[in-house]
Amino acid sequence: MSQHTAGLAIETAGLVKTFGETRAVDGVDLAVPTGTVYGVLGPNGAGKTTTVKMLATLLRPDGGQARIFGHDVVREADEVRGRVSLTGQYASVDEDLTGTENLVLLGRLLGHGKKAARERSAQLLAAFGLTDAAGKQVKHYSGGMRRRIDIAASILSTPDLLFLDEPTTGLDPRSRNQVWDIVRAVVAQGTTVLLTTQYLDEADQLASRIAVIDRGRVIAEGTKGELKASVGAGSVHLRLRDAEQRPEAEQVLRLALDADVQREPDPVALTARLDAAAGDTAAAQAARALGELARAGVLVDNFSLGQPSLDEVFLALTGHDTKTDAEPGTPADADTPARGQKGEVTV
Amino acid sequence: MSTVTGTDVQDLAPVSAESLAALLVAQERPPRPSALSASLTFGWRAILKIKHVPEQLFDVTAFPIMMVLMYTYLFGGALAGSPEEYIQFLLPGILVMSVVMITMYTGVSVNTDIEKGVFDRFRSLPIWRPSTMVGYLLGDALRYTIASVVMLTVGMILGYRPDGGLAGVVAGIALLVVFSFAFSWIWTMFGLLLRTEKSVMGVSMMVIFPLTFLSNVFVDPRTMPGWLQAFVNNSPVTHLASAVRGLMAGDWPAAEIAWSLGWAGLFVLVFGPVTMRLYNRK
Repeated sequence: MSQHTAGLAIETAGLVKTFGETRAVDGVDLAVPTGTVYGVLGPNGAGKTTTVKMLATLLRPDGGQARIFGHDVVREADEVRGRVSLTGQYASVDEDLTGTENLVLLGRLLGHGKKAARERSAQLLAAFGLTDAAGKQVKHYSGGMRRRIDIAASILSTPDLLFLDEPTTGLDPRSRNQVWDIVRAVVAQGTTVLLTTQYLDEADQLASRIAVIDRGRVIAEGTKGELKASVGAGSVHLRLRDAEQRPEAEQVLRLALDADVQREPDPVALTARLDAAAGDTAAAQAARALGELARAGVLVDNFSLGQPSLDEVFLALTGHDTKTDAEPGTPADADTPARGQKGEVTV
Repeated sequence: MSTVTGTDVQDLAPVSAESLAALLVAQERPPRPSALSASLTFGWRAILKIKHVPEQLFDVTAFPIMMVLMYTYLFGGALAGSPEEYIQFLLPGILVMSVVMITMYTGVSVNTDIEKGVFDRFRSLPIWRPSTMVGYLLGDALRYTIASVVMLTVGMILGYRPDGGLAGVVAGIALLVVFSFAFSWIWTMFGLLLRTEKSVMGVSMMVIFPLTFLSNVFVDPRTMPGWLQAFVNNSPVTHLASAVRGLMAGDWPAAEIAWSLGWAGLFVLVFGPVTMRLYNRK
């Protein structure tokens, strides 16, 4: 870790942060390539924000090391601050000031002259569709507008690395899509983005690599494909012509695929989870299953093959789903043995 | 966010990817701002906040007027024969007392402000670290100046006539503002140290009341018991009140000015670093 690996925007080794008894971050290793969106996925209280705060020099790590473009976040904090920007979970702009005032203030603090700060602010407000709201206090902005002004504030000077800490939490789907477009535009210009999120589809949409973090530890890391492959090949969804044939179809599928079959709320629908058995593709398995169903005289109206969702990935990795996570403050050593085993899954 | 979300999202123009891309094309970063420039920028932030929430000037306008009127008429007749005579003695003192009391609002506003998300952004900027706090206090210095001018105006209406003329008055206010700026570092410390606004207020009262009342603001300390005289004669507020009184009366109380500035320096040297330590850990 003493040597900076070329091409890495973030490198951490054994990063630890404790708050009293709680190990909020418990040995996190990350290697984030430059020029990409790297997703850090985890439920509330998993340690995402604490990790970001350490990387952005806001919190001092209690153990381990972190380097941003080769600069140590503790010893060379000033160097790091010159190259990163942070958009926090809550709006990191001054709510009492107007959009323009916020951007001019930050522009001045970044070293722009008065005129340059004003120009850049006006251009950013225009690009973000906020010109009409420029003179309004940020506290009167909608959630979507706040996110925009917040991200605009982060790119007043184009940063080499942008931290986006849950940028779409609390946004409606439309505003969320707009934030995603902004993130794509930012990364297309060469800025590296570290995105934390508790939304699996968000990581799926934006990130090229994903680290799944739970209770302060990285429990899996890889590309989306790798993560998904680690839990199985996907699933087959079937719609039958006749609800009365469902028990029969269920039995046929179970025999043909040797897999879990679930009855959906819809009385004619079934879902079979496929296992990525050696030398057998999901499509081949599904074809075999359809053949068996036809032979048994079960009429299938509709059929689709789905990749596992990241939700399923998360469930498989942690043994709990994303919604029912422990509150922040749960000691990491409360891990049950079963969880410990699952925690060793790596991809 | 609660009331406008629905309509505003509909009206929100789409983000223009091309213009955004044009803006992001890596450009030369400007050199970092100097410590002074960063502090002044934060001072500008404080002034913008006053502009948007002018009600917060209540404590530097209504409160000082009340102080002058109350003590002039309450003690005037008994202590100096008449309010008009008493105000000649009282006004510089009550000016010092009120402004020093007003400084404690700094702690409360630091305490509520620091919890806001924007401070995370400030702290992730490559700027001189104390500039956030210095900027705060620069904004407060403006408030202290407003309070001083208001009180002086009321005093003049009530019959206060400073022998030092404009120069003496300006020098007195300048000394008072410098001292208050330095003294405020105690409050920035408490603002960062204590968890709630209420506890900041409580602790501030405990400090400010004895410190301002146990001084020579209202009466000559010679009638006080010896042990109290020892405290009062060495209190920074007494030195400051004597210095301001002297300056406004047209004298040059060098020793008292030196004592006041000495205390001011001490406050900054002790509480400045403590504040910054707390700020960096927050």
